Amino acid sequence: MATLPVDDLAITRAFGPHLSARTRGGSAVEPDRLVKTHCCFCGQQCGIQLKVKDNEVIGFEPWEDFPFNRGMLCPKGVKRYLQGSHPDRLVTALARDPSVASGFRPMAYEQAIERAAREIQRIQDKHGPSAVGVLGGASLTTEKTYLLGKFARVCLKTPYIDYNGRLCMVSAGAANKKAFGIDRTTNPWSDMVGTEVIWVAGSNVAECSPITTNYIWQARELGAKVIVQDPRITPIARTCDLYLPIRPGRDAALFAGVLQLMIENGWIDRDFIERETVGFDEVAAYCATWPVARTAEVTGVPERSIRKAAELWGTAKSSFLFHARGIEHHSNGVQNALGTINLVLASGRIGKPKSGYGTIVGQANGQGGREHGQKCDQLPGWRDISNPEHRKYIASVWKIKEADLPGPGVDAYEMFRKIDAGEIKGLIAICFNPKVSLPDNQFVTRALEKLEFFVAIDFFLNDTARHADLVLPGSLHEEDEGTVTQVEGRVIKVNKAVECPGEARQDWRIIQDLAKALGRPHGFTFDGPRAIFDELRVASKGGVADYSGITYEKIERQMGVFWPCPSDDHPGTPRLFEPGSDNPVAKGKGRFYFPDGKARFNVADYRPAVDDVSEEYPLFLTTGRVVSQFLSGTQTRRIGPLIKHYPEPRIELHPRLAEKLGIADGDWATAETRRGAITLRAMVVTTIRPDTIFIPYHWPGDKSANRLTVAAQDPISKIPQYKVCGCRLRPADGPPAYAQEREAQQ
Amino acid sequence: MSVPRHLEFFVDPSRCIGCRSCVEACTECDTHRGESMIHLEFVDRGASVQTVPVVCMHCEQPTCAEVCPADAIKRTGDGVVQSARKPRCIACGNCVVACPFGVPELYIDRAIMMKCDMCYDRTSVGKKPMCATVCPSQALFFGTREQIHALRPQSMPTNTFRFGDQVIRTRVNVMVPRRPAAPAQIDVTAAMDERPPSRAVRLPVVGDDADPFAQVEV
Ligand code: SF4
Ligand code: SF4
Ligand code: SF4
Repeated sequence: MATLPVDDLAITRAFGPHLSARTRGGSAVEPDRLVKTHCCFCGQQCGIQLKVKDNEVIGFEPWEDFPFNRGMLCPKGVKRYLQGSHPDRLVTALARDPSVASGFRPMAYEQAIERAAREIQRIQDKHGPSAVGVLGGASLTTEKTYLLGKFARVCLKTPYIDYNGRLCMVSAGAANKKAFGIDRTTNPWSDMVGTEVIWVAGSNVAECSPITTNYIWQARELGAKVIVQDPRITPIARTCDLYLPIRPGRDAALFAGVLQLMIENGWIDRDFIERETVGFDEVAAYCATWPVARTAEVTGVPERSIRKAAELWGTAKSSFLFHARGIEHHSNGVQNALGTINLVLASGRIGKPKSGYGTIVGQANGQGGREHGQKCDQLPGWRDISNPEHRKYIASVWKIKEADLPGPGVDAYEMFRKIDAGEIKGLIAICFNPKVSLPDNQFVTRALEKLEFFVAIDFFLNDTARHADLVLPGSLHEEDEGTVTQVEGRVIKVNKAVECPGEARQDWRIIQDLAKALGRPHGFTFDGPRAIFDELRVASKGGVADYSGITYEKIERQMGVFWPCPSDDHPGTPRLFEPGSDNPVAKGKGRFYFPDGKARFNVADYRPAVDDVSEEYPLFLTTGRVVSQFLSGTQTRRIGPLIKHYPEPRIELHPRLAEKLGIADGDWATAETRRGAITLRAMVVTTIRPDTIFIPYHWPGDKSANRLTVAAQDPISKIPQYKVCGCRLRPADGPPAYAQEREAQQ
Repeated sequence: MSVPRHLEFFVDPSRCIGCRSCVEACTECDTHRGESMIHLEFVDRGASVQTVPVVCMHCEQPTCAEVCPADAIKRTGDGVVQSARKPRCIACGNCVVACPFGVPELYIDRAIMMKCDMCYDRTSVGKKPMCATVCPSQALFFGTREQIHALRPQSMPTNTFRFGDQVIRTRVNVMVPRRPAAPAQIDVTAAMDERPPSRAVRLPVVGDDADPFAQVEV
């Protein structure tokens, strides 16, 4: 019965987003204490000190000693403290009640937990354990994600758990695992400084991972050449040495073409390929079908630029390549990522200082959150849920029978298809907002409406939680402690600054309270994150993502510990694959995480995008972020100063296209795809391909870019193809309906 | 308490990514609570993503102070030009008009001119200005000349500006490219006549000219 209890606008009036803009910082107010912790937003996880006074975070002080960001912060980090003591903050449990104007009435926490347990029990009694699904978030601490995975499998006994990291890094993860046997950025970012060439593939670093800009530009000051591949001239592209203006969705073709030129010109490391890898010949045979002329034709990158890229990359002595969602958010995202890895392996420049490869983590704990068991096919320590040995080990840690451990589930999108089909009837979601963040989100809304029972755990009432029967008030980042793993693979510690307000609780408590109310508390009696982490260490021991040698104390002492860290006396592994390095899979046979110790070349097959441009939908639509907002905006659309930067989504288009369509800068324009249409203001800029339009995705409802995007998914990683679909654009018939109600807020 | 002479402020617009972190951080400083004293300008968003942060340049001979009828603008011994003194400022706006860098702003509601004080409450006690600490691309940098030379071998700091006949030296430096030949001073008025080549779209796409999208059909 998860339709909206009352009109969306009425819920907005009651629960926001309202804007918090009260600056409380400055040095006039003397804080009681400074708490060293990390930013609650992106995967850079900048170190920050929070100023605390009277159980309230009143500002920040830069933490210049933290090695990754040395005090640097983007505007989201600077203003994050405004979400504490926010008027929209949930401080009680809420029960759906259509008779109340706001659609929800407060409910005592204990009662809410009991009701949630009753409903879960009812559904499971009637339809079996698999009728309840769990959705987690990649912003949760690693402790919480571990507990959630255990809760789904041990307490609920359902295979259906997945997480919103599905929308983020899974293509990179799958490709990394196929090629290296381990999924992590290979080097600390400091290795970038001093390298000869940096290739940035599909990553708007300035807006999505701002601190990384300084590393790239510092490398450039010392002589590095920078190659940027992107359909838009992003701030990093503005100053690069070689810009590759690629058509969205054509990345694998570009990598094949470049590798072909490297082979033709002898710019590959034959020794390394021979000694340390397998599979090169198949890849070379595939690349032979990508002569430069064909590559140029398919990718839209001029032939001479492709040649220049091959030369810059091929002839360098040291190099760094990294990519992000631009090449990963595709129905062939894994192939795209494998294409970049082939370039790295062919150059032989990996596993040494100043030469590395990395994928940029988008969400706070995109890395740690996927290593310890909230992914549908994985158990803690990056163990495989289908592997009998792995199952046996985890079952022994969890003190259950292996046979009682469910098998693999399905990805987050597929869970909505199962909800739609009536197979999943109950849903528990924590810090996940699929109604804004999943593609073709009107389908997601329809699926939500079919649920028999939906309980959401969050600290603000996000757009998806508005459909819930019950909302449990969770905790903000600064109200709990735990670990997260940031972009470089560094496990760091988030520290508690304030207590939860009202009846709000730390999410791990809520999960355990549910287990208790269900009468299945076995394994859910931890007294805090440290105890959970200690079990996680044991559970990860011997796995690829081995955290067993990491302790809270070691993290504080070393300002983070790079995993793998397999024993108490091990310092952690900042750089992977160094010659002579050991790992539990190769056992001394080589540096890569396969039984023979060798890295894998994989044929990175180019496939055109699903729902590509056509006569009817002639433009590429691509989506992404702006620096002032984060993900579905649940947090950042409540922070006044951030809203001011970029108040409303706009459609970026090139002046040549604008002229052809008769659209001027600032006009209302309607973008349409096969799934829907939205009307936004146009922003006419020369910094985008003339055959492409761009819309940021942080807004809900009528302004949601994901009304337009297609739910096509990569067959391996199941990541949705956010970064391209066929689209058409026209001047709008008039201002959209929402403009009358909300334009005043802009 | 003063700002040590060997610590200087460096602005490198070529690094700016327009994130406005500096603007937000500035509002967290105490002297002008909640108000940002940094202006962030898009040069021409239609043509480029280039942005430029504008902070007070802390002139050796501040024009704003020279034109102030109320003698409200003081320059401290360590070379930091301060916001208007509250009891003196008559909110006439002379300084706003006179500043060659366009820095001072009049706050009509409070009837006072306020501007960047180089985070005097921080810099005078050994901390860095808030904006330069947080700037994620380090387009704003606060440190020693040795540090900047080591960090930016391809640029050099310049603090002499020519506006027609007026030559202004500032405590704040602007980083200019070292090659082919860095100018000893930046001639602002000369640059005003010619429309600068649209530098943003002049990317070194091999052999290409101004528009990397010239070949794209619409
Ligand atoms: S959002 Fe990311 S870049 Fe910005 S301060 Fe937070 S962790 Fe750093
Ligand atoms: S506005 Fe104030 S500080 Fe500026 S010139 Fe007038 S009196 Fe002086
Ligand atoms: S913080 Fe730095 S990069 Fe961001 S707008 Fe300010 S000067 Fe530019």
